[in-house]
Amino acid sequence: MTQASTATLIGWPRKLRVLFNVHYAEMMEFRAEIALWAVATMLPLIMMGVWAQAGESGLFPITRVQVFRYFIVVYLIRQVTIVWTIHHFEFLVVTGRLSPMLLHPIDPCIRFILMHLGEQLTRLPFAAAIVGLFLFLYPETITGGPEGTLWWPGLQNILLAIVACYTAFILRFFMQYALCMAAFWHERVAAMDAILFLPYMFFSGLIFPFQALPDPLREILLWTPFPYMVWFPATLIVHGEAPILRGFLIMFGWTAAFFILYRYLWHKGLKHYSAMGA
Amino acid sequence: MPTVEVDSLSKTFAVADKQPGMLGTLRHFVKRKYRMIQAVKGVSFAIEPGEVVGFLGPNGAGKTTTLKMLTGLIHPTAGSVRVLGQVPFKRKPDLLRQITLVMGQKQQMIWDLPPIESLRVNAAVYDIPESEAKRRIDELADMLSIGDELTRPVRKLSLGERMKCELMAALLHHPKVLFLDEPTLGLDVNAQTAVRNFLRDYNRKHGASILLTSHYMADITALCDRVVMIHKGGLIYDGSLADIVQRFAPFREVKVELGGDVDHDTMQRYGEVESINGRIARLLIKRDDLTATINRLLADLDVTDLTVTDPPIEEVIGKVFDDGATGNDTNTPTVGTVQP
Repeated sequence: MTQASTATLIGWPRKLRVLFNVHYAEMMEFRAEIALWAVATMLPLIMMGVWAQAGESGLFPITRVQVFRYFIVVYLIRQVTIVWTIHHFEFLVVTGRLSPMLLHPIDPCIRFILMHLGEQLTRLPFAAAIVGLFLFLYPETITGGPEGTLWWPGLQNILLAIVACYTAFILRFFMQYALCMAAFWHERVAAMDAILFLPYMFFSGLIFPFQALPDPLREILLWTPFPYMVWFPATLIVHGEAPILRGFLIMFGWTAAFFILYRYLWHKGLKHYSAMGA
Repeated sequence: MPTVEVDSLSKTFAVADKQPGMLGTLRHFVKRKYRMIQAVKGVSFAIEPGEVVGFLGPNGAGKTTTLKMLTGLIHPTAGSVRVLGQVPFKRKPDLLRQITLVMGQKQQMIWDLPPIESLRVNAAVYDIPESEAKRRIDELADMLSIGDELTRPVRKLSLGERMKCELMAALLHHPKVLFLDEPTLGLDVNAQTAVRNFLRDYNRKHGASILLTSHYMADITALCDRVVMIHKGGLIYDGSLADIVQRFAPFREVKVELGGDVDHDTMQRYGEVESINGRIARLLIKRDDLTATINRLLADLDVTDLTVTDPPIEEVIGKVFDDGATGNDTNTPTVGTVQP
């Protein structure tokens, strides 16, 4: 290993720290907008009202309290798995602003991931306030355990869910980032995100828990990447009954597949990049 | 070994061609037509270490496209480029650490944060130790006369202040090769002078090679001994700045002041009359005939004062571009030799 490459290796923690700090500072400039995003992503809390009624009817194998817990966790997972890189990337390609990033000796992808992490940290206090308000309105979410015990999913489940959450974020990031590469050919790619958003919305567990699905359909969907973006980490906390090993293997498999696809398209796409503007 | 080697470089773009009106819109939607635009055609030149070269051409000549290929942002259609012995579009970190591109209208500054934050990012990604980065920031800020602006949001800075910060960001890692695309665009006269002085000092201090495009001839005359000129994508001149006038302006301007009023017919015998105002006449005289004609003027007329000047460089270069644009072969420019 050369002296230069050793220095580069040693410099990575500093690079990541500085980039995260700077992008967090940048996102804090948009705090009002990000607060509105935290409010605008309350779909799971709205769906909770619908499914709580279903839980009370006894038609589904979930109780009203389980519905509360599931959707409040889904809301939190959503806050750390939202990916908006396609809109940003489209802007950079169409305006030529990607060019300065391409001249830096660091892959722009790393910066985009750190921008998301900075945005998540900015969003966190607003999301926590919304969750706090919800728990104040529906205290049985915490206190509704058997014989009045407090709800505690267990440290192991919480840690596994956090790992699953950030793996879900990386999976969703690379899925969208692979689609971003189309910007090198077609420029306006943000609309293409709708192609992924529909199956994400219906098959991720965002608007209904998977327990409500027939077994054959659920089994098919569990081979797709979508349930692992919301349902899998949520279930680890709420029920602790998710297929842990299989779940993580499928997540890593899809993440690797989208990563390879993005790298392939990145190298092809850069040949089409016209660095427009100027 | 040259710092930059460009050999038969070409770039062709496919550009969608849409006719106006509703019919044009529908046709464009159903069957899109593309035109092939050859932005750069077989350009070759080389830049030696420490050399400052002006890269000139009218709008749309292919200057920026060439710079983008030299920095590896876009791939050439044909030909080859080597910068510091490497192929730029492979984007090897080792090369990226040694080059920079300043594009007048493209910022690498983060718009909503103070410039110091963008400089921190650059220091980190280029692995410049924090104490060394601070020293370089202070030094660059001093050279560019910038201070408090570093802690104000970029969006609150003037164009000139932003451009100075862009230069700081672009030079923080002490690149060996600078590609500068209109670095003084939109700056006031004082800021232009400050940037020129800064670039001259940087070149002397670090021995960096610089390829500079600018529509301000003052930038070129202040910094460059050599110019490369392109027109419609093709190279039309590569040589010293001083030789441009010699090569492309075969006339010299002679201002003659006489003892009494003079008429047009009399003066026409000595050269092309530019203007006559009472006792003062301005003539264009061929360089080859200059000495003989002046001798005749002095012998025939009551000359009280006489001055000989070259036409301004802007006019000469403008004429070269005009001739190139209209296909006028009277002064067909030729490629000069590369000045090391």
